[in-house]
This record gives sequence, structure tokens and C-alpha cells, in this order.
Amino acid sequence: MSERQVSFGQATLEAMQLAMREDERVIVLGEDIGWGGSFGQFRGLLTEFGPERVVDMPISEAQIVSASVGAAVTGLRPVASISFVEFTMGAMDEIVNQAAKLRYMFGGQVSVPLVLRASDGTLRSSAAQHSESFEAIFAHVPGLKVVAPSTPADAKGLLAAAIADDDPVVYLENKKIGSSRGPVPEGPHEVPIGEAAVRREGADVTILAYSIMAGHAEQACTELADEGIEAELVDLRSLVPLDLETVLESVGKTRRAVVCHEAWTAGGFGAEVAARITEELFDELDAPVARVGAQTSHIPFSPPLERAVVPQHEEIVEAVRRVTARGRQTAKRR
Amino acid sequence: MTALPAPETLLAMHRTMVRIRLFEERVQELFLARKLPGFVHVYVGEEAVATGVCAALHPDDYITSTHRGHGHAIAKGVELDRLMAELYGKETGVCKGRGGSMHVADFSLGMLGANGIVAAGCGIAAGAALSAAYRRSGQVAVSFFGDGGINKGSFHEALNFAAVRRLPVVYACENNQYAQYTAIGRTTSVDDLSRRAEGYGIPGETVDGNDAVAVFHAASTAVERARAGEGPTLLNLLTYRFGGHFVGDAEEYRAKEEVESRRELDPIPRLESVLVAEGISNPQALEQVHEAVAEEVAEAERFAEESAYPESVDALDGVFT
Repeated sequence: MSERQVSFGQATLEAMQLAMREDERVIVLGEDIGWGGSFGQFRGLLTEFGPERVVDMPISEAQIVSASVGAAVTGLRPVASISFVEFTMGAMDEIVNQAAKLRYMFGGQVSVPLVLRASDGTLRSSAAQHSESFEAIFAHVPGLKVVAPSTPADAKGLLAAAIADDDPVVYLENKKIGSSRGPVPEGPHEVPIGEAAVRREGADVTILAYSIMAGHAEQACTELADEGIEAELVDLRSLVPLDLETVLESVGKTRRAVVCHEAWTAGGFGAEVAARITEELFDELDAPVARVGAQTSHIPFSPPLERAVVPQHEEIVEAVRRVTARGRQTAKRR
Repeated sequence: MTALPAPETLLAMHRTMVRIRLFEERVQELFLARKLPGFVHVYVGEEAVATGVCAALHPDDYITSTHRGHGHAIAKGVELDRLMAELYGKETGVCKGRGGSMHVADFSLGMLGANGIVAAGCGIAAGAALSAAYRRSGQVAVSFFGDGGINKGSFHEALNFAAVRRLPVVYACENNQYAQYTAIGRTTSVDDLSRRAEGYGIPGETVDGNDAVAVFHAASTAVERARAGEGPTLLNLLTYRFGGHFVGDAEEYRAKEEVESRRELDPIPRLESVLVAEGISNPQALEQVHEAVAEEVAEAERFAEESAYPESVDALDGVFT
């Protein structure tokens, strides 16, 4: 392949550099960002843009977000970096009661153009407080957009779009795939928020996934093809706003859907997607919408337990077999 | 004793305090008459704090406010009619009726919002100051918060951050002695709240918050420091809430005698006696201010009464789906 291959860290660094060169209102605030970040996603920014725009913050998550809110409502476009998504829990007032609400609560006088970046997902026994995925919590709150890229190209494009957006965007970067590489366009690259991507076409079932689970789903699709099941893979990319049109178009065609995420199944974002599909397509479905997600447990430290709780491609394959088998039985009965 | 501020400054401060007082007294009546939805926290008794601090600011400086925010809004210049309409939940309100009493804001005046979350403005003000410093705008931010707010983590995170970056921000603790229904001594580790500044290596000062002139002087010094790039100051402004935490509060947690004795320290007659003693005004002229303001408040009420409610089809305006 002649296309250059870069990591998520490099891809998002490029998005930051381009945005900061293009627009002097863009600043970044977070812990350890002057040092460069775990995936090199902030490397060199301090040198290029100086300490007024690359603000090394104390370990004060609430202050990282509230300073970003204050900067956002007074003319800047801050990117707030919280290293692990679990740490956003110490800033939930600032995220939910301030960032998400100010535009509405103040009658549209002001918008809050901030990006909240946080890494999520399970990585090598990071255990309960450094492994989780909270997108459903953010997606539940009106006023927050939520994106979760699965490829380095989307990571660059969605970060650029998030920075350009006038509303707060929660940008979730999975840490297990953070150092993996993929083709990424050079120069400016924007992926519109609210557009899903059909990664693979198929007639038998639609797999809906995002973030790391989109990669697991690709692997599942390959295995399923060997069994004669042709799965269509829709990478949601944006959870809020959700590209319901693409979702319904695909599921309307395949009549079966499996929604996948690493977060807990119970009360997860997959439940919302399943409900929206069922509301719109109940009469077209050949099987109930299936969900693949983590079991209702905190993420264990011990490797075999971690694997037992957190789904990978095997669980997706199993769920697809379940819904396609069910569909075939229904067809036979007819 | 520092020299008095200019006569026009003192007269403007007096008028602001009367505007706050009469507006709030009418708000109480309207609330009890069930004209206002929700619930309201009024500023009666604390007028010298918002007035003295805002008199030390430039028009484009920022403030963040609290759940008890009408006084800050008026002191920063928000029009009484649009403020009253907001309390009614009308479309002509400063926030189009979406925010209500606890969330009044006017960004065109640097009034970055009353806030129903205690001490939430501390961090936002630091962010506004960060933004002002980066933009070289010369603006200063003031965070109003209460003696209850000083025990929130958000206050401490904000002070450390503002101090380490020497941000142009002033922390104005409106110390009315009660965190909702609980007396300050029962919940707070120091008696003199200005000592909290020591932990962050910034100046702290305790001021009689019912003395508008003293508040103005202390705020002016803090604002000048901030504007000169010398960083934040913590002001502990001692005042007293004449009414309960909210309108309708039975106030069983404090003695009537205590309230009566504190009413004698009313900041408005206090400033009026200075104005008269210094020959800046006279009792007749002061009375005329009260009358004119009363008419202005009545006009604001008429405006709010006659304004339309928002259309329910517009309930989702200002939020994407």
C-alpha cells in the first residue's frame, strides 16, 4: 500500500497542529500535555504554540473542564484533555451542569465550543478504574455530542470536526487501539459529526459498532463469511447525533441487527440503538436486535476474568449466529 | 482612611443598591402572590457586595454569579424589565425564559451567568480570566460565591489554578454567615475565610461587606492587581441575608433577635448617611431616588406581565438532537 500509515496518536496530533495553526482561538488544556501525552498526541505542541495555548493543568479535572467552559464562553475554542475517562467523573458537574447546559439555559446567548478528549476501554489489566467506557453516560445528556472513532483517519477527521463545532463534543479515544496504525490523509481532513460509515456490505445481518468494537466486528465479519453469513458492518463513529438514516437503511435491508460496544450492555448505548431500530422497523425485523457488550461487572484485573467480562470478536460472531439462526427458523416456519 | 470614591461613583452605587433592594422586595411579593414559577433566592441585605465590587469593574469585565444572582445581574447593568421577565418565564426575559431566577445571564454585559451549582462560577471565572490574559484584552473576571461555596472542591481547584498562572481574577466570597440553613461555624474550618488565601500564596482580605465604600476600595485594589498581571485575590466580604435561604423559608435555624440586630447594619441607610454627611446628597434627593426606582420596578413588572410566554413548539430551541 502506498498510502502512509500513521497511528491514532500521530493522526490526532496532526488535527491539533492544523487546527492551532489555522485558528488562534484553539487552545488545549490537560494534565501532562506539555510532556507529549501517552500516545504522542500532544508531542511538540508546547514548543510550537507556547504555554498560553498549551496549558499544563494541575490534577484538577473539574478545573480543566470549568476553565475550558470559561474560555469557551469568552471567545476561545478549548480542547480539554482528561487522560482516562474514569477521571471525568470528578468533573461531571462541569460537563453536565455547565458545558452541556449553558447554551440552552441562557436562552441561546452563547454556545460552548469545547472538545472533551478522554481515553476509554480495556487495556492489559488496567482494572476497574482505568478500563471502562462511559459513552452512554454522556450520550444521555442533551447538549453533548459524542464521537468515538475506530480508525486513525476518522480520529483525525472527527477531532478536526469536533474542534470546529460550536457545541461541546465528547471525543472518546480507545486506548487499546491508540498506537495501531492506518492510512490517514495528509493535510486538512474532516469527518462530519453525525455520519456513520458502512465498512462492509452484506445482505444477512447488520453489525453496528464503534471505536474498538468496529475493529473486532471486521474480524467477526471475516469469520462469518467463511460460514456463509454475509454481514454488513456500520461503524457509527458519532453516537450523538446518531446517523439513524444509515442505520435504518442497512437494517431495513438485512432485517437483522447486532449492536456492539465494549461498555456495559445493561443501560448501554446499544440499548438506545436497538430501541430506535425496533421503533422504526419492528415489522421488518426477522429477529430481535441483539446486543454485545460487557457483562454487568466492574472490569477485573486478572486477565482471564477481564476477558470473561469484556467482549471481543468471538462474542460478536456468537451473537450474529444467534440472530441469523433465529431468522432462518422464522423463514422456515413461513 | 482611604479617600472616598468620586461623588458620581457614590451616587451611582447608591442608585444600584436601591434598584436591587426594591426589585428584590417586589420579587418576594410577586413570588408569595404566586406570580413567579419555581423558587427565588433574594439578595436583600447583601446589596453592598455586588454593588461595591461591580463599581470597581470596567463594563467589559466578567462576573460569574450564584443561585442568589439578581443583585449581581443588576449591579453589572442587566435591565430590570428583561430580568423580571426572566423570573416570570417569559420569552422577553434575558434568557428567553429558559433559565429563570437561578440562571440569569447577559453575556453582552460580561455577566456570565447566575449558577444553580454552588461555587461552579469559581472555575468558569478562572477560564474567562485565562482567555482574557491570552487575548491580551485587559479584562478581569470576578467570581462571586458564598461562604457555603468556599468549602467546595471547585473553589480550591480554581484558586490553585488561578494562583499558579497569576490569572486576572478576583474571588469575592459573599459571606452571609449561612450555607443555606447552616451557620458557617458548624461547617467551616477557619473563622476568617480570608485565611484560605494563604494556602494558595495569594492575598486575602476580610472586609465589612455591608460598607459599600469599603467593598469598593478592597475590590478596586484586587481588580488593579489582577489587571496588572499580579494574580488573584480572595476577598471575604462579611454581610448578612435579611431573608431566608429562599422566599418562604421558615428560618427556624436562626433567632429572630439575630436577624433584627443585623438589620440595623443595613447597607443602604449606611451609604445614605455618608452621602448626606459628605454633602454629596440630601434626604429629599435620596427619597427621589427611591421613588424613581420604585417606578422603574413597577414598569419592569408591567413589562413582564404583558410579555408572552415562549411557544411550547420552541421548547427544543438551543439544543441539537
